[in-house]
Parts: sequence; C-alpha cells; structure tokens
Amino acid sequence: MQEMVFPAEIASLYSALDFVKQFAEKHGFGEELPQIELAVEEVFTNIAGYAYGKAGGIVRIVCEVEQGFGAHARADKLKISFGDKGKPFNPLNHEDPDTTLPAHRREIGGLGIFLTKKLMDAVFYEYKDGVNILTIEKGRRLHSDLKQD
Amino acid sequence: MNILKNENNVTILLEGRLDTITAPELIEAIQDLQFADLTINLEKLEYISSAGLRALLVVKKAADDQGASMTVEKPCTAVLEVMRICGFTKMLHITEGL
Repeated sequence: MQEMVFPAEIASLYSALDFVKQFAEKHGFGEELPQIELAVEEVFTNIAGYAYGKAGGIVRIVCEVEQGFGAHARADKLKISFGDKGKPFNPLNHEDPDTTLPAHRREIGGLGIFLTKKLMDAVFYEYKDGVNILTIEKGRRLHSDLKQD
Repeated sequence: MNILKNENNVTILLEGRLDTITAPELIEAIQDLQFADLTINLEKLEYISSAGLRALLVVKKAADDQGASMTVEKPCTAVLEVMRICGFTKMLHITEGL
C-alpha cells in the first residue's frame, strides 16, 4: 500500500497521475494503464473543482493491490481511493448523461464520472468521519487467464 | 497545437494530451477564428479526457453557430475508444480511424 497527499487543485493533477501510474506500473498494470490514468484524472479533477470552494484543501490518494482474485488464475486488482474533507458529495448519485444526443442538445459536462464508471470494474463511494471516499478498482488479467475464455 | 489557416479552411493539429490542463487552450484558440470548414487533426493526440471531449463539443457548437462544417480526423485507437463510449463518434464527423 502506498499513499500520498496532494493539494486539491488542478495544478497538482500531473503529480497525482504520476504517483498512481508509477504504483500501477510497479505492480504490473500495463495494458490497463491508459484507462486507469483517465479515471484518476476524472476523479481528481472533480475533487479539485468542487470539493472545497475557495478555501482549498487536500486529497489523499491511497493505492493498493489485492492479489488472488479471478475465476481461473491469479490476477491482481488495483484499488485507488481518493479522500477529501470537502462537503459531502456522492458523484455516483448523478444520472448518466445521454450519449445519444446531437451536439446542440448536449450539456457541457457530466462525462467524467460516466467515463470512470465505464472504464473501471467498480466504483464505490462512502462518507465516513467527515471524509468523502471514492474508490475505483481495476483488475489485471494474466494472458494465460485470457486464453481459457 | 498548430493552427493552419488557408482562406476559409482552418486545420487545427493537436498533439500529446487534450486534458483538464490543456483543453482550455483549444477553446481559447477558436474564440476569434472565422472559418467555413474546420478540421481537427488528432493524428498526434495520444490521450483525451472528459475535459478534452468538452472542448471538442464547445468547438463543434462554435462551428455550428458559424454555419461551418467540422471534421475530426485520424484519432488513434485509445482516443477513439473514449469518444465512442461518450457517443462522440455519432455526434461528430470523424474520418480515418473508424
């Protein structure tokens, strides 16, 4: 497990991405890396934009790998959680945007969490002891595992 | 980002990342541009996030407001996949890459 604290601001986005990418790479996540990077950007940007208002605050990112899940073989699951002490906010409560609308009827926004849900295996939210905790999970399948399907 | 202008045809070449940090540059770049045909070339774009998609939507609306056409060309697989999930492949005119 590894954790790091960042200022909840857009200027910290690339540092946060580097932290998570390095952890994921170290634990053998390669193919899944672009999707993980995208989900981390979306969650981090949401917190930086909305959690605290002008006073600002911090985001605590915790990365861990759970080993040994999967039906056929060993496979790893990467869990990344984001904690902030901003106002209670569950982004998963929002309705998914309508992705079939033409441009002039589209609203600017709402796609970030939608993409995160689509690209990750699981996304959880909890509010505990004054902290918003959003956790995303992505499994890594071994190639020997893929062949059995 | 490079912008090529030839009379009423404008081509914007995007490189690297279109994300929360860089997407505002694209929106800013098209603010004062007049064009009849706009091409957004994504050949060298490696990464797009929802902020990048939002920027493309803003550009598309700006093109529509001018009565201009807009074409998005040559997205790589990763970028195309994100566009597909969000329904942008149906909403935008995309060539070479589908």
